[in-house]
Amino acid sequence: MAVNSETMTINMGPQHPSTHGVLQLILDLDGETVVNATPHIGFLHRGTEKLSEHRTYHQIIPLTDRLDYLAPMSNNIGYVLAVEKLLGITDEIPERAKVIRVLLGELTRMKSHLVWLACHALDIGAMTVFIYCFREREHIMDIYEKVSGARMTSNYFRVGGLADDFPEGLEQEIRDFAESMPGHVAEYEGLLTGNKIWQKRTMGVGKISAEAAIDIGLTGPSLRASGVDWDLRRDNPYSGYEDYDFDVPVSDECDTWARYHCRLEEMRQASRIMIQALDKLKPGPVLADCPQVCLPPKEDVVNSIEGLIHHFKIVTEGFKPEPGEIYQGVENPKGELGYYLVSDGSPMPLRMKIRPPSFVNLQALPQMVEGKLLADVIAVIGTLDIVLGEIDR
Amino acid sequence: MSDQAIVEKLQAKFSSAVLNVVEHRGETTVTVEKEQIVEIATFLRDECGYNFLCDLCGVDYLGQSPRFMVVYNLYNIAAKQRLRVKVPVEEQDANVDTVSVVWGTANWHERECWDLMGISFNDHPDLRRILMPADWEGHPLRKDYPVQGPDREPYQGRLS
Amino acid sequence: MGIEQPKTLGSGFITTSLDKLVNWSRASSLWPLTFGLACCAIEMMSTGAARFDLDRLGVLFRASPRQADVIIIAGTVTKKMLPVIKTVYEQMPEPKYVIAMGACASSGGVFDTYSVVQGVDEHLPVDVYIPGCPPRPEGLLYGLMKLQEKIRAERNTFGSAIGVGEVVQPTMASSV
Repeated sequence: MAVNSETMTINMGPQHPSTHGVLQLILDLDGETVVNATPHIGFLHRGTEKLSEHRTYHQIIPLTDRLDYLAPMSNNIGYVLAVEKLLGITDEIPERAKVIRVLLGELTRMKSHLVWLACHALDIGAMTVFIYCFREREHIMDIYEKVSGARMTSNYFRVGGLADDFPEGLEQEIRDFAESMPGHVAEYEGLLTGNKIWQKRTMGVGKISAEAAIDIGLTGPSLRASGVDWDLRRDNPYSGYEDYDFDVPVSDECDTWARYHCRLEEMRQASRIMIQALDKLKPGPVLADCPQVCLPPKEDVVNSIEGLIHHFKIVTEGFKPEPGEIYQGVENPKGELGYYLVSDGSPMPLRMKIRPPSFVNLQALPQMVEGKLLADVIAVIGTLDIVLGEIDR
Repeated sequence: MSDQAIVEKLQAKFSSAVLNVVEHRGETTVTVEKEQIVEIATFLRDECGYNFLCDLCGVDYLGQSPRFMVVYNLYNIAAKQRLRVKVPVEEQDANVDTVSVVWGTANWHERECWDLMGISFNDHPDLRRILMPADWEGHPLRKDYPVQGPDREPYQGRLS
Repeated sequence: MGIEQPKTLGSGFITTSLDKLVNWSRASSLWPLTFGLACCAIEMMSTGAARFDLDRLGVLFRASPRQADVIIIAGTVTKKMLPVIKTVYEQMPEPKYVIAMGACASSGGVFDTYSVVQGVDEHLPVDVYIPGCPPRPEGLLYGLMKLQEKIRAERNTFGSAIGVGEVVQPTMASSV
C-alpha cells in the first residue's frame, strides 16, 4: 500500500481554548508529528508603547497593569522602578514602600503561577486543579481589592512609593494567607505529581538545552528549569531584595516536568519571602519626600490652596526627568520584564520599550515542538506560561 | 570587569567605530557605527561575556540627524552586568545588519523593529511583519504616525 | 415493596404560551463560547470557577461556536482580530446574542490607538454592554441576567422557529 507522505497543515487559534488567549499557530503535520510550527502573534496589539509616548509618566502606570494582566503589580513595580531610576530618586523611596512592593510582588507571583497551574493542568486534562487554584486565587483577589480597590488592574504603586497605605488588619490577613500557601501547594502536588497521566504528559516534553535557552532569550522559571541559575531578584537586586533570604530553584532536566517543579517551588519561596517582608514591615511613610514628583497628601489638597495647586500641577503637567536613557529589568513571574525609557526632558517619555518575557519565551516554541507529537504542543504552550497581553502589548 | 574596562577593551579593538560613550544613572551606553555592528556584537559576546541579548529596539528622534537609533541592551549572565550599544541609522538608508546570527533571540525583536519602526535588517532570515496585519501600511511607532491612526479624526474631548 | 408507587407521572400538563416555553428554555441554557481576548477573559474564568459558579445559571462554556448561543467579547478587539471574531460570530447558529464585556469591547477603553477597534458594536449587534476594566464577576453575572430578561421578553420566538415571521425584539422599556 502506498504511503501518502504529504504533510498536512492545520490552523490552531486564534480562537482556541488552549492557546491562552489569541495566539495562532500554523502547524505542518506528518501524521501526529509536528514538522513545522509557526506562531502568529499581534492579535492583541493595542499600541501600549505608542500610547505611552502621549501620556505623562504617572498616566502610564495603569497601562502597565494591562500588559501581563495575570501579574499587574509586578508590571507596576518594574515601571515605577524604571522611572525612579530615570529621575535618580531610587535611594529616596521609604523603607515601608519598598517592603510592601516586595510583599505584593511575591503575592502577585503566586497569583500568576496559580493561573499558570490551573490552565496548564486543565489543558492537559486535570480539571480539579483548576477549581482548587482559583479558590486560592480568589483569596489573593480579595487582598488586592482591599489594597487597591480593584480585583485585577490594581494601579497601586506610584513613582516615589505607593498610592496609599494598607488598610487596618490586612497585614494579618496576608500573613495567614502566606502561611497557608505551602499547604495548598502540597495539595496541588498531591493531585498532580504522582498522577501517571500528568507524568507521561510532562516528562521529557518540550526539552530545551541551556545553550539554546540562552541563545533564544528564555528567562524566568523556563530558563532556570534548563539549568541556568539566574534570578534578577538575587543577581541584580531591586527594591531591597538583597535583604531577603530565599532559594532560587534550578533544575537540569530541561523539560515540562522540571518547569512544573520549579514554579511550584517558587510559590513556596514566595510565601517565605512574604513572611520575611511582613516581619520587616514597620509603620512609616509610604511616599517619598519629592514634591516635584509625588502627589501631596489628600488632606493638603482639600484643605490648602498650596496643596491644591501642587496636586493640579503634577496631575496636569507631570514631571520632567532630565534627558537620558535607562533600562530596568525585574524578575516577573514569567521572566525578565524590562523597561527601556528614553527621556528628552519633556513630561512624556520619548520612547518606552517594554521587554516582555512572554514575547521572547514564545520564540522558543517552534524548536521545542518540532519533531514531537501534536498533543505536546498544548503542553509546551502551557509550560512556557505565555500571556498575550504582554506579547502583543 | 567594570564597564570602564569593557569600553576600553572595545575602543582598543574598534577604535574608529566607537563614536560615543555616555554614562547616565550608572548605566553605560556605547554608540558605534552601524557598519561594524555584527563584528562588535560577536566580539562582545565571545570576548566580553555578553551572552544574553535582553532587548533590541528602535528609537525615533524625529527632527534630528540621524533620525533613528537601534538599541541593543546586553547582559552578561556570569558577571551580572549590563551594557547598552546603540547604532545611528539615517532615514534615507534605514537598514542595519542583523545580529540574529549572534544572538538567536534577535530574530523576533528585529521583526518587531521592522514592523513598528520601519528599520529593515539586512540578511535577516525571516523579515515579515509580526504584530501588525501583513497588509498594514506604515510603521506605527514612528513619530510622524498619528496615535489614532491615519484614517481617523483624533478625539478632541479630553486634555491630553 | 410496602408502598405502592404510581406507575406513571399522570398527564402532567401546564398551560403556557409557546413563546414563553421557547424563551424559558433559551434563557435557561445560555451557552457562551469559550472565547477570551484579554484581561476580561481572566475575570470570565473567575466567574466560571467555584466562587461565582456560572453553571447555576445554566451557563456552560462551549469550545465550538457551532454549539454556542452567546459570544462574550471579553477584551480588546484589534483590527487584526476583527475578521476572526466576525467569522466566529457567523459560525454560530441562530438565535445568537453578543455581550460586550468591559470598556475595551464596548468603546475601545483606554486604548484609543491605531490598532484597536473603538467598540465591537461597530461590527456586531451587541445586546448587553458590561462596564468595567475589567468588570467584576458580579458584573458579568448581572449582564447575563439582563440578557436572560431580554430573551424572555422576545415575541414570536416559536413562530420564527417554525418559519412563520420574524422574532419581534422587545423595546428598551419593556426589557427592563
